[in-house]
Amino acid sequence: MRVTLKLYASLSDHLPDEAKRTNEWPMEVADGTTVGDLIDRHQLPKRLVHLVLVNGHYIPPASRDAHPLVENDVLAIWPPVAGG
Amino acid sequence: MAWTRKILRVNLTDRTCTSEPLNMEWAHDYLGQRGLATKYLASEIDPKVDPLSPDNKIIWATGPLTGTMASTGGRYSVVTKGPLTGAIACSNSGGYFGAELKFAGWDMVIIEGRASSPVYLSIENDKVELRDASHLWGKTVWETEGQIKSEHQDPQVRVSCIGRTGENGVLYAAIVNDLHRAAGRSGVGAVAGSKNLKAIAVRGTLGVGNIANPKEFMKVTFEKKKILKENAVTGQGLPTYGTQVLMNVINEIGAMPTRNHKDVQFEGARKISAEAMHEPRESDGKAQLINNQACFGCTIACGRISKIDATHYTVVNSPKYWGASGGLEYEAAWALGCANGVDDLDALQYATMLCNEDGFDPISFGATIGAVMELYEMGVLTKEEVGIEAPFGSARALTYLTEITARGEGFGKIIGLGSKRLCEKYGHPELSMSVKGQEFPAYDARAVQGMGLTYATSNRGACHLRSYTISSEVLGIPVKTDPLTTEGKPALVKAFQDATAVVDSTGLCVFTTFAWALSDIQPQLQAACEGDWSMEKLDLMGERIWNMERQFNNAAGFTRKDDDLPARLKTEAAKVGPAKGLVSGIDKMIPEYYDLRGWDPEGRPTAETVARLGL
Repeated sequence: MRVTLKLYASLSDHLPDEAKRTNEWPMEVADGTTVGDLIDRHQLPKRLVHLVLVNGHYIPPASRDAHPLVENDVLAIWPPVAGG
Repeated sequence: MAWTRKILRVNLTDRTCTSEPLNMEWAHDYLGQRGLATKYLASEIDPKVDPLSPDNKIIWATGPLTGTMASTGGRYSVVTKGPLTGAIACSNSGGYFGAELKFAGWDMVIIEGRASSPVYLSIENDKVELRDASHLWGKTVWETEGQIKSEHQDPQVRVSCIGRTGENGVLYAAIVNDLHRAAGRSGVGAVAGSKNLKAIAVRGTLGVGNIANPKEFMKVTFEKKKILKENAVTGQGLPTYGTQVLMNVINEIGAMPTRNHKDVQFEGARKISAEAMHEPRESDGKAQLINNQACFGCTIACGRISKIDATHYTVVNSPKYWGASGGLEYEAAWALGCANGVDDLDALQYATMLCNEDGFDPISFGATIGAVMELYEMGVLTKEEVGIEAPFGSARALTYLTEITARGEGFGKIIGLGSKRLCEKYGHPELSMSVKGQEFPAYDARAVQGMGLTYATSNRGACHLRSYTISSEVLGIPVKTDPLTTEGKPALVKAFQDATAVVDSTGLCVFTTFAWALSDIQPQLQAACEGDWSMEKLDLMGERIWNMERQFNNAAGFTRKDDDLPARLKTEAAKVGPAKGLVSGIDKMIPEYYDLRGWDPEGRPTAETVARLGL
């Protein structure tokens, strides 16, 4: 199935060059892939994986390993950030 | 003590400057800066006064930690009755002016009356005088600061001043110091302008040597700085990406007010985000962002210093804008960009530079342009009236309208009234996205329910800085709450409001609270200030300050009906994103909030609440 991984702020360094100007990385993954699987597969540092959203909905740390992605899901991840 | 215990009272009508002792009884109940200045203002003016009349007063106020070695201890506030709202106005600025005022030996400057001709106030420690400013009238903020420094032959003079918009009565004119730090909201600059007061220039060499327990203060401020350094947000996120990093976050959760709140996601958000500010551009291979910058004593350094693309249409013939200057912050980028559907990063940088150069609030200005563009698309406003074709998305319209507002020309005079008066003038008051006449900042109340209550109940009109529940509802600081529900939000908003009222009265920056709790600030106050500064006392103080501001607004004529949101947010559901189908639940939250506050159904503190808080 097709999903999109979005990485922002300092996590942008983990994107391939062609995705750096959009922060969007479309990819094919196997059915049943979870949020935690994608984080592990791309070796995202755990200390930088802070704000995790699927289609804009917050996924708490305890649910990430078990949260399955479905077709066309957008997984967006930020390190600890704030503003205002 | 950390106060200088001295107030400078300046009567512009009589042209007198007098020193008087700080009311220390009030200082122990209201601390400093926002709380203490509001206490003075509320005690000295009629809440029903015309904000732009000589009978209004305007106060520059430091906190007890301003000018000290506490991290971020450089803040000052400008407190007055605001012309945009008619409510209490309290705008907070960083930079270096606040600390310099303290070094000159003053806790506060209270300005009264109106000068018969333009003046500026010169302060060099105890030497205080009103000087002629006729030659500065008509000058921008940047010109004024440069000229005063030149005249004083001292580059270390700090200047807090208005630009042309403050002189012209733009109702959201700001007071700017250090070129691009601003007491930005609610039109405090228009009040200064109405008094013919162009600037306060201050040079202080007395330092801050009056800390109650210096050894303990050094120890505790060092410990607390370590927390800021080690925290991922204040130690890495804010210095590297600034507030602008929120652009993609807020867009992703579908809380991005877009095109005058018609939409909740902006397709161009990525192009005007922090990430875009870091990218090399095509023209010269350089990024717009060149550095971060700290205010006095700050160990976070979230400020942005940028360089616009010199080949951009806005500046190609204006070299004065090519150098390093204050860069885009999130609220400005949202208001100038998303609120108008404009995704041209350099156009936004140009507009934000003009807001700094001539001293006006980019939030209220940008949101007002959103209303102009909607009225234009409806056919209510025409090219002939506006002076340019102004559909949503037009960068050229945005930059042209910024220029004529800065200069006070043509349709710019109407834009300077703010969205409420502009929309009323053209028969569509429902299109003003504001509360109490002040425009919303950058979070949609349908997708972040707590922010709706924050806006509706903010004592200075719609504002995010009175209770920044985004911390909890979106970022999970200190704990994550669900942004889509109204449940628990009245208590959350009240807690944020009360704590923020204390922080805003200390002389510290509210951004410390991304890493610090109030219990981290308490020992710093305890070491600096004489007397008891327990958590219990601070909790009560925050509530007292909030209710004092509320009482001022009640006396000024504000009632329950003013604690509301525009119909658009209550009847037009979000079209996409997690909040799809939702409207604001403000009507459900208000009664519970009033109950928690100890207010009657009309939103007035009850006699019991007033007595409990010692008001």
